[in-house]
Parts: sequence; C-alpha cells; structure tokens
Amino acid sequence: MTYIPNSGQAAIIEELAEVIVANKAWLSEIDGKIGDGDHGSNMAKGFGRAAERIHGKDMTLDAAMLVLSDVLMSEIGGSMGPLYGLMFEDMAGAIKGRAEIDAEVFSAMLNAGLKGVQSVGNAQVGDKTLIDTLVPAVAAFEAAKSQGFAPALAAMTAAAEKGRDSTIDLVARIGRSSRLGERSRGVLDAGATSCCMILTSLGSSILQRIA
Amino acid sequence: MQRFLNDPDDLVDETVAGFVKAHRDLVHLSPDNARVVVSNFAPQAGRVGIVTGGGSGHEPAFIGYTGRNLVDAVAVGEIFSSPTAKSFADAIKAADGGAGVVVLYGNYAGDNMNVKMAARMVAKDGVEVATVVANDDVCSAPASEREKRRGVAGEIFMWKIGGAKAATGATLAEVQAAAQKAIDACRSVGVGLGPCTLPAVGHPNFQITPGQMEVGIGHHGEPGTRVEALRPAKDVADDMVRIVMEDHALPRGRELAVLVSGLGATPVNELYVLYDRIESQLAQMGMTVHRAYVGNYFTSLEMVGATLTVMALDDELKALLDMDCASPAL
Repeated sequence: MTYIPNSGQAAIIEELAEVIVANKAWLSEIDGKIGDGDHGSNMAKGFGRAAERIHGKDMTLDAAMLVLSDVLMSEIGGSMGPLYGLMFEDMAGAIKGRAEIDAEVFSAMLNAGLKGVQSVGNAQVGDKTLIDTLVPAVAAFEAAKSQGFAPALAAMTAAAEKGRDSTIDLVARIGRSSRLGERSRGVLDAGATSCCMILTSLGSSILQRIA
Repeated sequence: MQRFLNDPDDLVDETVAGFVKAHRDLVHLSPDNARVVVSNFAPQAGRVGIVTGGGSGHEPAFIGYTGRNLVDAVAVGEIFSSPTAKSFADAIKAADGGAGVVVLYGNYAGDNMNVKMAARMVAKDGVEVATVVANDDVCSAPASEREKRRGVAGEIFMWKIGGAKAATGATLAEVQAAAQKAIDACRSVGVGLGPCTLPAVGHPNFQITPGQMEVGIGHHGEPGTRVEALRPAKDVADDMVRIVMEDHALPRGRELAVLVSGLGATPVNELYVLYDRIESQLAQMGMTVHRAYVGNYFTSLEMVGATLTVMALDDELKALLDMDCASPAL
C-alpha cells in the first residue's frame, strides 16, 4: 500500500500523545537548562488531555488533530500552545475530506503545518527553535516523496533528528532562551526536540499502517 | 521547597479562586472562562476596554490591577507562561463596551503570539482591537534594538495611564496612543539576589551564588548583564538609577513617577532603603519625584531582588496618573 485511509486514525494521535507523555521529564529537563523547565509538563498536559478526549473514538486523522489543536490553543497557552495548535489545525485542514493519505497528501499536510507555525512565529532556521527540526524534515519528505511514501517518511525522520541535533551548537536568537546569548549554546532546544518527537511518532505510526 | 501548596497543578486556579473571593467588591471571575478575571465596573457602554494578561507568579500583577479606571479584564496564564489565545479573546470580549479594546501586554514570545491570535478570533465578533507592547526593561536589549526589550514593571504605569485615558471617554486610537506614550516614557531595571522555583519543577531554574548579585535580571530570571559581588544598598541603588537614567537621557527639571517593586522575597523595608537613595540620586540629577510607589507591585515568585521603574511625566501623563482608581493592587 502506498497510502493509509484517513478514517479510523485517532490512534495515531494517541500514540503521539503517549510519546510526549513518556518524555515529559526529559523535555522539562532540557528546557530547564535554558528555559524555565516547564516544556515537558505543558506538552504532556496538552497532548495527554487530547488523547483522553479522542480515546476509543472513530475519528479521521484530521478530526483527531483538531481535538489536539483545540486543547493546545484553548487550554495550554504559553508559546507552544499557539505554535503546535496552529500547526495541527493547518495540517488537519490540508487533509480534511481526503479519503486516503498518500505521499502527496502527507506532503501537503506537512507544508500546511509549517506555514501554520510560520504564520504566528517568526523564527528562521538557525534561531534554535522547533523550526530547525520542522523545515529540514518537510524539505526531506518533499525531496524523497517520488521514491514512495515509506522512504519519504524515513527521510523525514532522519532529517528531523539531524535538525533537532543541530540546535545543540546553535545560539538561541528567539524566545526566552535568546536572552542567554552564548550561554544557550551546547544544549538541545526543547521545542526542536518535541517537534522531532511529533514528526518521528507520526512517521512510525504511518509506516506501521502502510507496511 | 518551603511553600504553601496543594497540588502544584492546581496552584493557578486556587490563586485565582482566592483572589476573586478576597476582592469580590472589585473583581469577579468570568462566567465563560475560569482564567479570566473581570472588573466589576466593566464593560462600560461606549468606553474603550483595557485588557492585559500574562503568566502567573507575578502577583499582584496581572490580576491585581483589575478594577475601576484601570484594567477591565485580565487573561491568566500558567506560572510564567502566556495565557491561551482563547483566554485573551474571552478577556477582550468581557472588556468590550462597543468602543474597541486595547490589549496592553509585555514583550514575550508567547504573549505576542496569543494576543495576535486572540485579536483574530474576536475580529469575527466585530470587536476592534489595538495593542501596545511594553518594552521598558533596559538591560534586556540595547537601545538600538528597543523593540526586543522585555516588558516589566513599567506595565503598571502603562495600565494606569491607559485605564485613566479610557475613563475620560477617549477613542480607541487615543487610548492606545496614551498607553504607548506611557510605556515609551518608562525605563526599568532589575537586580536579583536569589533565584525562584517553579513549584511544578521543584528546583530553582537559575542560580545566584550567595554574596553575588545579578544586575539587569529579568522577571523570570532571564540573565542580566553583569554578575558581581553584592554591594551596599546605596551602591546598588546608584547603579540602578544610573542604568535607567542613562538610557532615558532626560533634561534636568523633569517630573517623574518612580516605582520600586520587590521581586517576591525581599523584605519591604529594604525596598524603602533603596528608595531613600534612589530619590536622593534623582534629585541630584535635577529631577522631581511627583509620585512614588514602593512595595511588591510586580513579583517573580520568591525571587530575592528589586526592580526600579522611572516614568518621565508630561502634563497629560501626570493628570492621568493622578486620576482616581480602585483595584486590589493600586
């Protein structure tokens, strides 16, 4: 198969929430080095709540993403609420009404998500934010999609991980950690790390379903 | 941690619950949103509404400035974390008397995004929104990049002036302009002597070694420009005055409003020790203090330290500052 059906996919978002909740302490720990250490708890709260609300429901992937988006935007706040909230809202918008999600549709979804993040944040690649994960991951999927859905997802995951790791050597130029200047160098960015978890989890959930 | 806590996850809700009980003569909780505190005097038909919001842990800011001729509605966030776009939107709706709403908030990434999204949300309901972003913290960026500076205790003057201007029946554009003028006339600096701990995290998120002080520290412990040996209060006060007044570059003879706020765990008497020296130094520069505010006006959990804010007054700002108001904190 080169696609997954859009219907009956709430579990993909539940699996994603499981990853975030399982990494709550880790995300808070890396955030604590250059931020205020609440990234893990805020993310786990938002993704966990969304998972509870979609659990056992027969939902399309876009409907499940909208539940997640709504929780992030109306209950979590901070910086991550609007950034990931808009990312999932726009991702959902791009696949809404599609019966099947293939490489083309997934690519449109990734690009819409990236646009959503960029519509509210103004970080560029190199600023030490989740953009350092998202931009190369979307580009890698795009470049590999002609080889098929599965190889493109693998390329996306590899690029996301590389992007995440690239933030170690960066100096933060935006957000709270930017006030640290040089002192922000040498540690992972928490947003880039959680963004990598999101993309990796989406990728592996879909790979399991098209395999 | 020696703290009065139940479940740290409930801290913000319990703070707001106690606050609206204690100050029920002035404020109430929005029936639509448990993270929005509304003035009992709002909305007023035909009058511009004033909204602010920000993370919790800065009490009495932000909720404490809700009241008559001040802020009409406040969006409440998690500790040190921006309120949701929805809470800002609900606060805007609660403050709207049909003449538009000005959102007066601090320059932080999360607040910028959530206010922007909230304005988009209420536009659908036909509410006109203007914003002013506070950036009074001198040490957070050089003067050439003032738009990058954080908003700190100068926000209180921005709310006071904006609220008073709205009370005169001014238009949305006029209220926005007055609040902008107020924050443009403000310069602030913070000095930290000890860190603070987010209760859900359980350990301080930065360190200040005993015997040291951090000059230019931010309201969430953002690093300052210098870490050096703690000096006598008069030297610290002189340093604070020098930092704000060099950035201000005011001509002699200006009238000022001065705010010295504790950051949470500094005894109030020490704030007066600082103020004693601060006013003397300002007088030596040929300045007159029209009004002074000394106390815990804008805190950062249990951080040890203080901030100084100086607002340069003109006739309009002076009249608006002097206007009567009623809120839990001012």
